[in-house]
Amino acid sequence: MSVPLIEVRGVTKHFVKRLDLAGKIARRLGADVDEEVVHAVDAVDLAVRPGEVVGLAGESGCGKSTLGRMMAGILPPTDGEILFEGIAASEMSGAQRRAATLAVQMIFQDPFASLNPRLRVEQIIGEAPLVHGLVDRGGLSDYVDDIMRNVRLDPALKRRYPHQFSGGQRQRIGIARALAVRPRFLVCDEAIASLDVSIQAQVLNLFMDLREEFDLTYLFISHDLSVVEHIADRVVIMYLGRIVESAPTEQLFSAPRHPYTQALLADVPRLDQRKHDFSPVAGEIPSPLDPPPGCHFHPRCPHAMPICRTQQPVLREIAPGAFSACHLDGNSGT
Amino acid sequence: MSVPADSAPGAPEIGVETPFQRFRAEFFESWIAAFALGLLGLIVVLALLAPWITPQNPYDLGQVDVLDGKLPPGSRAYTGYTMWLGSDGAGRDLYSAILYGLRISISVGVASGVIALVIGSTIGLIAAYAGGRVETVVMRLVDLQLSFPAALIALMLVAVMGRGIDKIIIALVAAQWAYYARTVRASALVESAKEYVEAARCLGLGHARIVFRHILPNCMAPLIVVGTVQTAHAIALEATLSFLGVGLRQTEPSLGVLIANGFEYMMSGRYWISFFPGIALLLTIVSINLVGDQLRDVLNPRLKK
Amino acid sequence: MSVLEVAGLRTHFFTRAGVVKAVDGVDFTLQRGEVMGLVGESGSGKTVTGFSILGLVDPPGRIVGGSIRYRGEELVGAPDERLRELRGNRIAMIFQDPMMTLNPVLRIDTQMVEAIQAHERVPKKAAWERARDGLGQVGIPSPEERLRAYPHQLSGGMRQRVTIAIAFLNAPELIIADEPTTALDVTIQAQIIYQAQKVCRERGAAMIWITHDLAVVAGLADRICVMYAGRIVEAGPTDDVIDRPLHPYTVGLLGSVPSANKRGQRLNQIPGMTPNMLALPKGCAFRERCARAGDACLAEPGITEPAAGRALRCFHPHGIEVPA
Repeated sequence: MSVPLIEVRGVTKHFVKRLDLAGKIARRLGADVDEEVVHAVDAVDLAVRPGEVVGLAGESGCGKSTLGRMMAGILPPTDGEILFEGIAASEMSGAQRRAATLAVQMIFQDPFASLNPRLRVEQIIGEAPLVHGLVDRGGLSDYVDDIMRNVRLDPALKRRYPHQFSGGQRQRIGIARALAVRPRFLVCDEAIASLDVSIQAQVLNLFMDLREEFDLTYLFISHDLSVVEHIADRVVIMYLGRIVESAPTEQLFSAPRHPYTQALLADVPRLDQRKHDFSPVAGEIPSPLDPPPGCHFHPRCPHAMPICRTQQPVLREIAPGAFSACHLDGNSGT
Repeated sequence: MSVPADSAPGAPEIGVETPFQRFRAEFFESWIAAFALGLLGLIVVLALLAPWITPQNPYDLGQVDVLDGKLPPGSRAYTGYTMWLGSDGAGRDLYSAILYGLRISISVGVASGVIALVIGSTIGLIAAYAGGRVETVVMRLVDLQLSFPAALIALMLVAVMGRGIDKIIIALVAAQWAYYARTVRASALVESAKEYVEAARCLGLGHARIVFRHILPNCMAPLIVVGTVQTAHAIALEATLSFLGVGLRQTEPSLGVLIANGFEYMMSGRYWISFFPGIALLLTIVSINLVGDQLRDVLNPRLKK
Repeated sequence: MSVLEVAGLRTHFFTRAGVVKAVDGVDFTLQRGEVMGLVGESGSGKTVTGFSILGLVDPPGRIVGGSIRYRGEELVGAPDERLRELRGNRIAMIFQDPMMTLNPVLRIDTQMVEAIQAHERVPKKAAWERARDGLGQVGIPSPEERLRAYPHQLSGGMRQRVTIAIAFLNAPELIIADEPTTALDVTIQAQIIYQAQKVCRERGAAMIWITHDLAVVAGLADRICVMYAGRIVEAGPTDDVIDRPLHPYTVGLLGSVPSANKRGQRLNQIPGMTPNMLALPKGCAFRERCARAGDACLAEPGITEPAAGRALRCFHPHGIEVPA
């Protein structure tokens, strides 16, 4: 098998809310206060092969955005390594690191907050390629025009500011900004979630077209399973910082193995389900500040066994290319 | 409007109004603010044009005659012009002295405001972007400074350094940089958490470029508001110090010096020597503050209707 | 008698940039116990329609025409006092953000008891018990404990459940729910929809569920109204609208949903942008994005009834041949 384009090994991210001065004094005096640690991502392994579209789905607090930001190089991991084309970030030379930084780009959720309101579109798209010497000042204008055409924006609009565009157009500007540094891997974090339904379809189509035109690899993060089902080759489901299931898309949607995946699929509203009596999975999503011991899902799981309360199930291959982390799959928790 | 943003009518407003046009329209919605801005403009123009529109140069001892001293408003000077606002103890025409005094007061206020803004906002930006220990140390220093009244700090500094325009400006900057630092840090923290800053990092742009080209321009709105209000404060503070006799010298008569000069005549019925410079100072500060209030209302998204 | 009759409702916003006709001629009738899905994208006027019924349109917005009859009583132009009496009592609302209903500095029980006593003379103890039962009915475990909590101590899903419980406290006949599950996770959304549906059925209350998500109302509503640029362009029973859509916009909207398409293939997108409400095209507002539009569409399409129980504003509907 080819070397993965990007791989994370045992990547963990903890967010620590440090005590302020008053808190420290209170603790000295014996008060029961502690630093709060959020286990956003907990020892996750994930490899993405060149040309693949991996869908990453899960509910709030599952760590999907944090994992995406670590892969995009925006957040440093607390522990574990991130490898680009088989080389760990810590072992890269300066030039290699710069190439890896540019090769991995991110598309953000909020088409309003993700564009600097004080810059013109041509500056937003053209700044990074100019800084990194991918294009010289003379060729910049044509370069920006090309990129704008790639995302189906009219280059005549490049002197405008972001506020003069609609949500869908702004999202295209964000995609153009990423494409301008000729990336190979795009992390799309809820990239269509805040758009109107009819505009979502347009942008999703654009992602599929760009994949073919530029030979791109995607990590497509979404809470919307129908979007993930549509675009991804392989789907990874996360729950409270851990991967619970990972399988080729068809397989995951036709025969989900993990009880959480099953619950999630049953709860997704679908056009072809009319007047059906929901029988939603019970319970709240636990706080990532204090996740349940053992399998994180056991308090809500209809199949929970005693072992689930104490031992964390390991993610293991249960069919070719399909992984699940559940004690029901004969997983003894080695 | 209490309708959620999702349904805000006319969501994609394409090319309808530039932010500046909207800002201008909202600013002039209040006639008080419009009047204050007009008054402030008039004051600044009068101060700038002082040498050409005054009958007397109060610095030129050759034009000042002690025999003209303490004349009530409307008297004729020996040299033939009418002193509409009267004259002070040294025989200076008050109308001329006030316009020249405005020049000094406003320049001291604006100069110290600009310098404090540059120093304070640079410190605030660095604190917000660096975070950690740097931020803690800087912000504790800011807290410490803000816990003393600005007038006290300025007073102590001039007492040590002595009088003069340069020293007053240094004292005012020292008394006021912390306000800018605190303001910029707060909005820089909000801005750095936004996705466009993450995107800039993802694109491998340098720290200086991110701080000064991406974060700083988006912190300008609160900075303009604080800048306006602090400039008014600086003018008032300078007048206070000069009135107390520790600010500017008699040879650099700002409004504060003029008021101080006339104070001794107050009880003897020669009210005008202090009164007219006082009115000029009041109008200047009130108009700046009214403009500042309206700027805050228009620029602060939380107060948006 | 129908619970709600809306006819020719027009709500306009008079902004500096021009008049925004957020709602411009909306008609529908709601029967007792009926659940209606009001579907549209941003700027379609779906939320403003809901706010108009509740009498909550603030300046620069104003209802400029039409009538809203609740059990035959005209609400347009009714005194504020009467509207306040109805709101939270006979007509209840659930917002996308539960904090629009909940007061952050008061405990849940204080707020719920207040909501009951505002409309009815009940002893405090009885009101408290009713509040507790209300929380139990929307699936909140250990309601006594939750009653003593402050809103910030509850999760987003839990808060939304509390607002549903508050909405149902005074046995309303009409609930207006504005995107109540949009900000929630899939499993929590399913729970909320389930509870709202259950309580509606048990109490026989009518409900308007405002959303951008057709899939949500497909499983929930008896009838669907699709809004575009301030008008209802298509209405009918859920099965009819979703399986046999007539209006090209409804067809496009359904085609834009990924699950209606073949995996990995391009979606059937609607071209163009959501309409700019300050510069709507003449005639049919959807004309410029519509593949079937012709010269006829330069005129404004009126409401037709192509089949029993269905309403349509279109000259060239699907399923009916376009005249060459």
